[in-house]
Amino acid sequence: MTEGSSNFARHDWDGADARRRLKRRYAANTRLKLYGLSAIVLALGLLAVLLGSLVMTGYKSFVQTHVTFDVYVNPENYDQANPFDSDYRTMIRDSFLKLFPEVPPGPQQRQLFDIPSTGAQLKLREIVAADPSVVGSTIRISVPVSDEFDQFQKGEGSRDAAEDARRVNDRQIVWFDKLAADGKISTPFNWTLFNSADSRFPELAGLKGAIVGTFYLLLVTFVLSFPIGIAAAIYLEEFAPKNKWTDIIEININNLAAVPSIVFGLLALAVFLQTFGLPRSAPLVGGMTIALMTLPTIIIATRAALKAVPPSIREAALGVGASKHQVIIHHVLPLAMPGILTGTIIGMAHAIGETAPLLLIGMNAFMTSASVGILDPATTLPTQIYIWADSPERGFVARTSAAILVLLGFLMLMNGLAIYLRRRLERKW
Amino acid sequence: MSPVTIAFLIILVMTVAGYFIGKSRALHAAGATNERLHSLPSQHAAYLALWVGIPGIMLLLVWLLLQETTIQNIVFAAIPGTLTDGLTDAQRALLISEIVNVHHGRVFQAPRPEVVEGARHYGALVSTAGTALIAAIVAICCAGMSWGWSRIKVHFRARHGVERIMSGFMILCSMIAIFTTIGIVLSLVFETIRFFQMVPVHEFLFGLRWEPQIALRADQVAGQGAFGAVPVFTGTLLIATISLCVAVPIGLFAAIYLVEFADDRVRNVVKPAMELLAGIPTVVYGFFAVLVVSPVLVQAGGAVGLDLPPTLSLVAGLVMGIMIIPFISSMSDDAITAVPRSLKDGSLAMGATKGETITKVLLPAALPGIVGGVLLAASKTLGETMIVVMAAGLIANLTFNPLEGVTTVTVQIVAMLTGDTEFDNPKTLSGFALGFVLFLATLMLNIAALSIVRKYREQYD
Repeated sequence: MTEGSSNFARHDWDGADARRRLKRRYAANTRLKLYGLSAIVLALGLLAVLLGSLVMTGYKSFVQTHVTFDVYVNPENYDQANPFDSDYRTMIRDSFLKLFPEVPPGPQQRQLFDIPSTGAQLKLREIVAADPSVVGSTIRISVPVSDEFDQFQKGEGSRDAAEDARRVNDRQIVWFDKLAADGKISTPFNWTLFNSADSRFPELAGLKGAIVGTFYLLLVTFVLSFPIGIAAAIYLEEFAPKNKWTDIIEININNLAAVPSIVFGLLALAVFLQTFGLPRSAPLVGGMTIALMTLPTIIIATRAALKAVPPSIREAALGVGASKHQVIIHHVLPLAMPGILTGTIIGMAHAIGETAPLLLIGMNAFMTSASVGILDPATTLPTQIYIWADSPERGFVARTSAAILVLLGFLMLMNGLAIYLRRRLERKW
Repeated sequence: MSPVTIAFLIILVMTVAGYFIGKSRALHAAGATNERLHSLPSQHAAYLALWVGIPGIMLLLVWLLLQETTIQNIVFAAIPGTLTDGLTDAQRALLISEIVNVHHGRVFQAPRPEVVEGARHYGALVSTAGTALIAAIVAICCAGMSWGWSRIKVHFRARHGVERIMSGFMILCSMIAIFTTIGIVLSLVFETIRFFQMVPVHEFLFGLRWEPQIALRADQVAGQGAFGAVPVFTGTLLIATISLCVAVPIGLFAAIYLVEFADDRVRNVVKPAMELLAGIPTVVYGFFAVLVVSPVLVQAGGAVGLDLPPTLSLVAGLVMGIMIIPFISSMSDDAITAVPRSLKDGSLAMGATKGETITKVLLPAALPGIVGGVLLAASKTLGETMIVVMAAGLIANLTFNPLEGVTTVTVQIVAMLTGDTEFDNPKTLSGFALGFVLFLATLMLNIAALSIVRKYREQYD
């Protein structure tokens, strides 16, 4: 017998030692599996906490507490010559205070008049501007209540808390409860969130400006990056000779994809704003900046889509006498289009959430009206989220979450569209 | 409609007209001589349309770029010297913007008569320029049209012409990546050099005090300003380290489980969820940090008797870690799947458990890929902005204690460069110097990561 086989013979494969070893090895295996499982559970749990906390704080701002009461549009306060600057505040004030005739003038009336939002006079102004014949008559209007009462109605802060720990005092609660008992308080869907722009008052602040700004920005980004990206990808994939120049271009594209977004903001600040003198805060500049950041994504997606078109298509077209350009424009590009579109939508979905470079070009301006063009100052959804997150009012916390939910909704929509297009149009060769 | 819109519409209409004129011209030429055209009629048409459209668009762009500055210079030169002598650049810009504002009727107090005169001059020039633009556009489009028209003959190779222009456009587009890189490097380098003319390089790189609050106006009370960036760098590294400590184990273990243990059902749920996590914009993570993570940590600290600041670096680090978990996980996933099946099968055939196969065979083989992924993640964390802007502090502490507040490069860039900025003081320019350092650091990390990954791929291909 040789040395080796005697060793083999001495080995006890079924003894207590071996069993213990085997057990230990299996335990290590199970441990690794458990580590992996808990890592996944942890990651998904954090995702759930993130989304859960946003929904919990945000869902309440999709409704807004309103107070409904009759307003006497007093001709004495109405300025015939200048209806826009009439004293609508006094009309609202007089009519609202009439609901509680027992409240003495002075600080108590001031506290009472805290209930309706400052936006009430603006709403009345709109109504009168639309129909001046209401002057002298009594009309019923429904206006938002101010932020602290909105929060109170939504159950933020217990009514049992000490008075100075609350933002509404005991007297105000009594008044508010009376209004509620009279059926004057309602909580309709918060349309303000979608059809008005930013405001200093949470109850009047909306996302219209941000949504319009995002739309313009994405428009500029798409118009620039889609044709340029496709043209660059076609050149690199179909025409470019293999030489040092194309190598440099490819290395550049790959590196640009990994440059921090804030550096693109610095580029925009120094080149677009300082050198070219383009306007600050404009969606045009934002779109140009984001287009530069999106280009690598689109180029890489387009190249992959072009590569996926089988060579037989090209050869057949070349064989019947088409030129190289005709082969690509007439045959390869249409077949690659679904892939290109999917990649572009995914690139746009990234672009919609980009914030840092926009801060440097001033797209976090305080804008109380939606912009009307790509050269007007504007905000975008993510920069609006940043502005609101910085605001101290409690009502803005809920609105920030609501804005994030809207942004995530847009993201889901775009990604869903990309997945749908991929499923629907993708061909397997 | 502004003259620019009109000019643009003229170009559009004339280009379309050029297409149809070119087509009929080509068909006529063919009909007259009874010969076959060299190129298709639509190619002749496209040739003529390009000759109308491209010069028009180029002229329009050049005009837009130059008009405002030219007009302002003319107006400025015409203003009496008493008002313009000895003005600094900033005062000059202020005067011009006052004139432009008066022209647009945005007046806050009665302007000086010279300014009113300047505004009148400005308005006259703007309206002349509008007319001139339209005339120039019409002229150049007509010139292009007649040149293209004269070229269209039966034997004219219109297809070659069109294809050459298309190729040129495509080459130009693919060069944009290079232009962007050059633009980034030049803008960062120029402003950084100007910064170093005001603040010495060694103070920036080795100074231990970062107090950029300097007096912007003569009457402001502020410190002298200190631009030692070491605390900013250490703060950035601290937060990046915390985030990698969170993300690397979680991401790696998640990838191991997904690749080797999970069945298809689990994978089909977990992978899209991870992609969802990866697709959430960073501003959302920033708000999450402020809304949930920071209060929870501060309360937890209070429970064990620690008085924590709300901007402690642990918050930003943790949240940034959550953000890059999906990135690490998918990079490790790719690296592990890229290991040849024969290695894994060999190990299993020798009787190793799945766990042993992973730790002793797959992970060592996939290590370069994983390291490359971690380096890319590190570069992401260095450049990440929104989370730290919202959750980390502004004050530069030189500390490695995760329970204190620190600031980062990106936070300082945003702090230095938001709002109206003039490029003539070290405070603003320091943002560019920090940006340059950030750009170089991330570039080196990326190059290192990509070369590691490429080498490792070659090993198995």
